[in-house]
Amino acid sequence: MSSINLTLKIWRQHNSDALGNLETYDLDDVHTDMSFLEMLDILNEKLTKEGKEPVAFDHDCREGICGMCGAVIDGIAHGPEKEVTLCQLHMRNFSNGDTIVIEPFRSRAFPVKKDLLVDRSALDRIIQSGGYVSINTGGTPDGNSLPIPSSNAELAMDAAACIGCGACVASCPNGAAMLFTSAKISQLALLPQGHAEKKQRALSMVAQMDEEGFGNCTNAKECEAVCPKGISIRNIARLNREYLFAALTEG
Amino acid sequence: MELNSRVPSGPLADKWNNHKFSNKLVNPANRRKYKVIVVGTGLAGASASATLAEQGYEVQTFCIQDSPRRAHSIAAQGGINAAKNYQNDGDSVHRLFYDTIKGGDFRAREANVYRLAEVSNEIIDQCVAQGVPFAREYGGTLANRSFGGAQVSRTFYARGQTGQQLLLGAYSALSRQIHAGNVKMFNRREMMDIVLVDGKARGITVRDVMTGEIESYYADVVILATGGYGNAYFLSTNAMASNVTAAWRAHKKGAGFANPSFVQIHPTCIPVHGDYQSKLTLMSESLRNDGRVWVPKKGDDKRRPSEIPEEDRDYYLENKYPSFGNLVPRDVASRNAKEQCDEGKGVGNTGLAVYLDFADAIKRDGEDTILKKYGNLFQMYEKITDSNPVEEPMLIYPAVHYTMGGLWVDYDLMTTIPGLFAIGECNFSDHGANRLGASALMQGLADGYFIIATSVAHYLASNSLEEVLGSEAPFKDSIQEVEGRIDKLLQNSAGGPAGKLTVDEVHKELGRLLWDHCGMSREEKSLEKALEELPGIKKKFWDSVYIPGSGKDLNQSLERAGRVADFVEFAEIMIRDALAREESCGCHLRVESQTEEHEAKRDDENYTHVSVWEHISDVEAPKMHKEELKFEFVTPSQRSYK
Ligand SMILES: Cc1cc2nc3c(=O)[nH]c(=O)nc-3n(C[C@H](O)[C@H](O)[C@H](O)COP(=O)(O)OP(=O)(O)OC[C@H]3O[C@@H](n4cnc5c(N)ncnc54)[C@H](O)[C@@H]3O)c2cc1C
Ligand code: SF4
Ligand code: FES
Repeated sequence: MSSINLTLKIWRQHNSDALGNLETYDLDDVHTDMSFLEMLDILNEKLTKEGKEPVAFDHDCREGICGMCGAVIDGIAHGPEKEVTLCQLHMRNFSNGDTIVIEPFRSRAFPVKKDLLVDRSALDRIIQSGGYVSINTGGTPDGNSLPIPSSNAELAMDAAACIGCGACVASCPNGAAMLFTSAKISQLALLPQGHAEKKQRALSMVAQMDEEGFGNCTNAKECEAVCPKGISIRNIARLNREYLFAALTEG
Repeated sequence: MELNSRVPSGPLADKWNNHKFSNKLVNPANRRKYKVIVVGTGLAGASASATLAEQGYEVQTFCIQDSPRRAHSIAAQGGINAAKNYQNDGDSVHRLFYDTIKGGDFRAREANVYRLAEVSNEIIDQCVAQGVPFAREYGGTLANRSFGGAQVSRTFYARGQTGQQLLLGAYSALSRQIHAGNVKMFNRREMMDIVLVDGKARGITVRDVMTGEIESYYADVVILATGGYGNAYFLSTNAMASNVTAAWRAHKKGAGFANPSFVQIHPTCIPVHGDYQSKLTLMSESLRNDGRVWVPKKGDDKRRPSEIPEEDRDYYLENKYPSFGNLVPRDVASRNAKEQCDEGKGVGNTGLAVYLDFADAIKRDGEDTILKKYGNLFQMYEKITDSNPVEEPMLIYPAVHYTMGGLWVDYDLMTTIPGLFAIGECNFSDHGANRLGASALMQGLADGYFIIATSVAHYLASNSLEEVLGSEAPFKDSIQEVEGRIDKLLQNSAGGPAGKLTVDEVHKELGRLLWDHCGMSREEKSLEKALEELPGIKKKFWDSVYIPGSGKDLNQSLERAGRVADFVEFAEIMIRDALAREESCGCHLRVESQTEEHEAKRDDENYTHVSVWEHISDVEAPKMHKEELKFEFVTPSQRSYK
């Protein structure tokens, strides 16, 4: 285990209405076995002891699964390591003397609430508009009554692995939520349970996406590059097919 | 405090059916006249909210996170049990019931556990219908694995992300009801108090964590689904926001708290690597199927593991428990690891770890086979520790993982406060003194999808509730009380931070106290010492914790402080509960209660009961009541793993 000294430039913004700016902090003796969020914890303990306000950031599981954490590190959502969330990024990815710029996930549809903490509730509303199978509790058939080829189940699982972190939106030059939305549409399109409502689902979720102010996809592929769960842009192609088919036939 | 379990009479297998029949119903047209509050959106809370809303109740749901999808349940890895017997390997509802009650070391209610096993099959059907992508066989049927030492394959899973997929299923059902206008969702709200009118639960008081606003909400029924309290120990595998606050506030208003000292400590976690550490990461128990646990025979052996020859290694689990070896239950594995480290034989930088070695398995089956089974776990381990388990043994150490204790509930999942229900990990109902792997997810969904709606209907149909509007005195008093507490938390802020402590510093101290004295093994002297030290920690908290910022704004230090203040109070009943239970059972060893071979000795004659704590006042000691457990259908047997 070794330790490094860092200069941190962190976005500080008191609330949605305030103007924000990058503040500089020196942090010494950062153990390289620490996670990025533990590094921020140490900074916050230090700021607290100095009578300053700690940096606000979202986090919960610290295991890469709840999707709550996230920030843009030196221009990359969730930082330099591939397929990890910010909470799983370890300080051994950085070197002694580095300056690290830490900014919130920015996008039109994600207002900054405080420092690194943003409002991603638009993603919930996309799911609410149709990201489900419309069944009630009870009276469902036996789990094995509907055989599903293991390869389909695996593909559906690949898509279902999305943690709703919003890194895809933050890294998209258009602020599109296509990767996120397509992951849910794909999961349900790949499974027979989702078939009955597939047209309506595609139409509603895309309409909601537009209403929330997310941009359009121009194939920049930045989303796939930063996605911590390896969600593939093939899902976007599937969304486009589903949407086109629905629009043409329901039109 | 009256403890009427309301367990229905009759044969075990008929109890639930009969009960559903004898419970009263609410006519569908009348349901929309009733308001229900659900606190929590984990498996229990999300499934309950969706189900009650589908049935027509007006539901208001609250959670701390920015989205209901992020509840702690999302992190569960291994799987969910059900008695489907799809593998035709002799499983049945009765066997799942028996395994669960035996796993809980005969400290749970037979009727509740039987019902859990009964509804387990419906859970799987429900989740499949929602589109949960469970693992499948090539033929397209659902796949199962055997988990946590079970002799049958009854665990359903979705890769290593079962909790995530089940929660997203429940979240999707909840989202559908939000869209339909049947659930009003309140994110980023932390429940701070429960409001009673005429002795019945009629509302909650919450803090909007974004604005600091204190708000109260009213309803006809309040359901807590707020999860477990493992974070009392500071370090645990729980998510950072997991807390005891909601349950503790209910307790202080009259809800009995059952078995608070029943805590499960998981044997295979990645060890602590520094004092900056914020949480512990669980490594799947399945690793013990192929890994061999050992420590050097001599203490303080500084050689690298590969340089330590066979004759200098102690495979202590294999030696002590020849028939189970590395597969002894969680509590036995955890306790023995701690014992080895306490004797100075621990390994790693801190001496607080043991080896889990795959070298023999790799020699036997080949690296490819082992990587196929554990590749993703090895990767996760390497990511965190920077060490490759193929080349060097893993370091593991036990960590606090799950809390079997919780709010006392009757068969209808109602607490001792009328109209206040508790579901999921925050109640005590089904796991006795030890929870089996893959049974918490089952219980959360059983409570939420299939049990709570019957209880709510029965309660509403049998009580005539007077109308409340949320502006009555009890609501105002509650808001005032919560505001007062927040002011008190901030009282040290005026003079600046000099000479003061941070919230985490005190939380760590509390965590150490609980871990050292109220962890895997417990002893009267040591528990009494902890009870003596606790007031000092409490005083330190209130006298010297400095919280920056104000209460009228997003303030994450203040949020943590509120939770730690409650953990400090709660710790008292944990320790008292441990003191009062002078037997070894489930997850803990009571040093004074051991067999001649130094194994845990249960004392059925004196302790076949649930210990239920009643809050008296802030200055008086809490009072313990007992719910005697009767075993009519199974005969308690002593565990033996020799
Ligand atoms: C790492 C890990 C792996 C696990 N793996 C398995 C497994 O494989 N199989 C298994 O069966 N079990 C497993 N468990 C246990 C299982 O995940 C939990 O017991 C279960 O998910 C708890 O669900 P719940 O709905 O009761 O509560 P939680 O999921 O903890 O949800 C609590 C909810 O309450 C809300 N809340 C809490 N306090 C307040 C408050 N004061 N105000 C407002 N809202 C509040 C939170 O926001 C959250 O929405 C695992 C646990 C861990 C830690
Ligand atoms: S698609 Fe990837 S980046 Fe986008 S929300 Fe899902 S997990 Fe995050
Ligand atoms: S904190 Fe949960 S994904 Fe990072």
